[in-house]
Amino acid sequence: MAHETHEQVDAVTGVTTTGHSWDDIQELNNPLPRWWLWTFYFTIVWAIAYSIAYPAWPMVSSYTKGVLGWQSRDAIEVDLAALKDQRSGMTAKLAEASLEDIKKNPELFAFARAQGKASFGDNCAPCHGAGGGGAKGYPNLNDDDWLWGGSLEQIQQTILYGARSTSDQGHTGSMPAFGRDGLLKREEISQVADYVRSLSGLPLEKGVDVAAGAKIFTDNCASCHGDKGQGMQEMGAPNLTDKIWLFGSDKVTIMEGLNNGRGGVMPTWHGRLDDTTIKALTLYVHSLGGDQNR
Amino acid sequence: MTIGEAGSALAFAALALLSIIIAAKAYAPEYAFHAYLFAAASVAAVFAIVNRYYERPAALPAQTINGKPNYNLGPVKFATIASVFWGVAGFTIGLLIATQLAFPALNFDTSWLSFGRMRPLHTSAVIFAFGGNVLIGSSFYVVQRTCRARLAGDIAPWFVVLGYNFFIIIAGTGYLLGITQGKEYAEPEWYADLWLTIVWVTYLLVFLGTVMRRKEPHIYVANWFYLGFILTIAVLHLGNNATIPVSIFSPKSYIVWSGVQDALVQWWYGHNAVGFFLTAGFLAIMYYFIPKRAERPVYSYRLSIVHFWALIFTYIWAGPHHLHYTALPDWAQTLGMVFSVILWMPSWGGMINGLMTLSGAWDKLRTDPVLRLMVVSVAFYGMATFEGPLMSVKAVNSLSHYTDWTIGHVHSGALGWVAYVSFGAIYCLVPWLWNKKELYSMKAVSWHFWISTLGIVLYISSMWVAGILQGLMWRAYTSLGFLEYSFIETVEAMHPFYIIRALGGALFVAGSLIMAWNVWKTITTAEAAEEEVLPAQPALIAAE
Repeated sequence: MAHETHEQVDAVTGVTTTGHSWDDIQELNNPLPRWWLWTFYFTIVWAIAYSIAYPAWPMVSSYTKGVLGWQSRDAIEVDLAALKDQRSGMTAKLAEASLEDIKKNPELFAFARAQGKASFGDNCAPCHGAGGGGAKGYPNLNDDDWLWGGSLEQIQQTILYGARSTSDQGHTGSMPAFGRDGLLKREEISQVADYVRSLSGLPLEKGVDVAAGAKIFTDNCASCHGDKGQGMQEMGAPNLTDKIWLFGSDKVTIMEGLNNGRGGVMPTWHGRLDDTTIKALTLYVHSLGGDQNR
Repeated sequence: MTIGEAGSALAFAALALLSIIIAAKAYAPEYAFHAYLFAAASVAAVFAIVNRYYERPAALPAQTINGKPNYNLGPVKFATIASVFWGVAGFTIGLLIATQLAFPALNFDTSWLSFGRMRPLHTSAVIFAFGGNVLIGSSFYVVQRTCRARLAGDIAPWFVVLGYNFFIIIAGTGYLLGITQGKEYAEPEWYADLWLTIVWVTYLLVFLGTVMRRKEPHIYVANWFYLGFILTIAVLHLGNNATIPVSIFSPKSYIVWSGVQDALVQWWYGHNAVGFFLTAGFLAIMYYFIPKRAERPVYSYRLSIVHFWALIFTYIWAGPHHLHYTALPDWAQTLGMVFSVILWMPSWGGMINGLMTLSGAWDKLRTDPVLRLMVVSVAFYGMATFEGPLMSVKAVNSLSHYTDWTIGHVHSGALGWVAYVSFGAIYCLVPWLWNKKELYSMKAVSWHFWISTLGIVLYISSMWVAGILQGLMWRAYTSLGFLEYSFIETVEAMHPFYIIRALGGALFVAGSLIMAWNVWKTITTAEAAEEEVLPAQPALIAAE
């Protein structure tokens, strides 16, 4: 702990110490490493040069603009122009052509699908999945089964104005809450659920009264889902005879829908996406799920 | 009773009264809860001060005993144990949120465990609770030893340690309850900030007071760094937390800065929390514990002076690099970038001085895992301080910004540098403070070192790959001129890397548990040092 007042020589390295000692810690008199000092100088010289070349020093009411005249607003303009160039006028052609004409022009159709895919990923994928595979309550867009119609015009209409959306041009109509609103008794809901399962050939429990279910279906459900349960796109009522289920085919899920009703929302994209993008999305979605045009 | 004792007791009594009034009229139950905590802590403080007065000898502890300084080590012991506790807690919460990123369902649909609340709990726990206690504890130890003087103040050192940990509790419970001012690394609301200001100014006074009564002609380099850290953090804290409370009865406040000015002040603060809390403070630890442990002189006095002043001067300007390609004017972005590049060598000056101090003692790395921890920490420091300037270059930043590369960079600094040099200091301090011959198990230190090193490697390499992949996916265009990947596809692509990262985090937590066990065993069962390394300590009762 003795306070050193004289310089000593470190036995290991042969370098002198500064003569200070704190809690037995001493310091060597090594010079600054050359490479360290020169690299430090170099970064300072580079920094000065860079700040002359680019906007850098604040002045009283402005700032030094830099001899290269670079600014980030110009840079983004250049980038956007390059992108426009890359799309080589195809965007304008897409805006002018009709959906049918685009489909007939392979080059323009490929471009539309590329734009549609990019836009789908950012706007539609959160609900419909990155590949359009859907999720519970969110339709799968890869199959040929459409709630509101699968023609180009119908798809475009749905994307533009949505279903049960804030737009007054959107699709309306939803599944009523038969149980909650007292339209059907619990027993009746069970019977009609069994009947609905029978429509697509799903196995039933023993001793269920399918005829009673059929009667209830005709009285309450056929007006939207059709007399044979084949569905009705004007009402957005799903086809109940196929094996595609929006919420699930087990009896509990079907009874849940009958009891509380269903009515998923597809938002309106009109005004949020420009018409050309919606056109591209229409063609992309149409290309996913077959070419149903009934 | 001394003036200090009487004054402190009165001040705490007044605070207790004020807290009870606030609790009664508080607008929000969460705020009332905090006011009651303040009241309870103040009452406990009054009780502790009065109790201590009746139990202590008539004279206050002597400055020296038999010509040797009578070091005040109670607060150091408390902070050391607190740092181990908060470290394990903070790393564990980090592991939780890393796992949540891979499997979001792990928030169990509760607001309490949501990522938004857990993330600041993690960052504050590791930076301010773990790191802060290491800094306060080690600085109180180092400043006494290198000045050969007892800590200034009688109650003040205890007030700093306990008051700081009380701030941690207010901040942490606040996040859980949803109280935040939404500024990264400065989330606590106005009343917690005010309390911290009082604690921090006391910390500065205790530290300065000790330096001023030093028995050495010169001030040791570690103390320059500690002082730079304490002073700058005070300025940053005041600048970034300039808020106006809605009412004294409301936890909510509004910041006086607005728009891009607020963003700039925020990152002036945020970057210098890294520069002065996580760098200058821990360089101070390096400058004491590495030469002490290696029993070698510091490599270069001249380098320590030059890199200290260069670091202090340059760091404060580098903040704007956090705001590249934002609404921040181009000129400010340029300055943030060039100062960050200039910062490269001043940072490496510390690395050189740390590593080269081992010349003549490199063989100790084979036998001493504690020294190995500290030397590897300096290597990580060198790596992170090269990566930082690199990432601040706008061309690189356009790829790295907002990606997990940043997270990887931060953790190579936080886990590799800050945590490792802290572990080294804790492993040194515990036997010294509790008069033990050595740690309970050196083998356990070795295990800690290897397990957590593997954890760090998994963490940072997975985040490098994830971040660069993410950046490349975001900017990828198809030949037709459209974005190749949707955002959701880039999120899906991160999944395997998030699992690897969580695995790395789990290893790091495992290592810290080994340390906690080893520290506990050292204090309770290790063999006492043959001769008392330190003069006998007068009993000082903890205030809580």
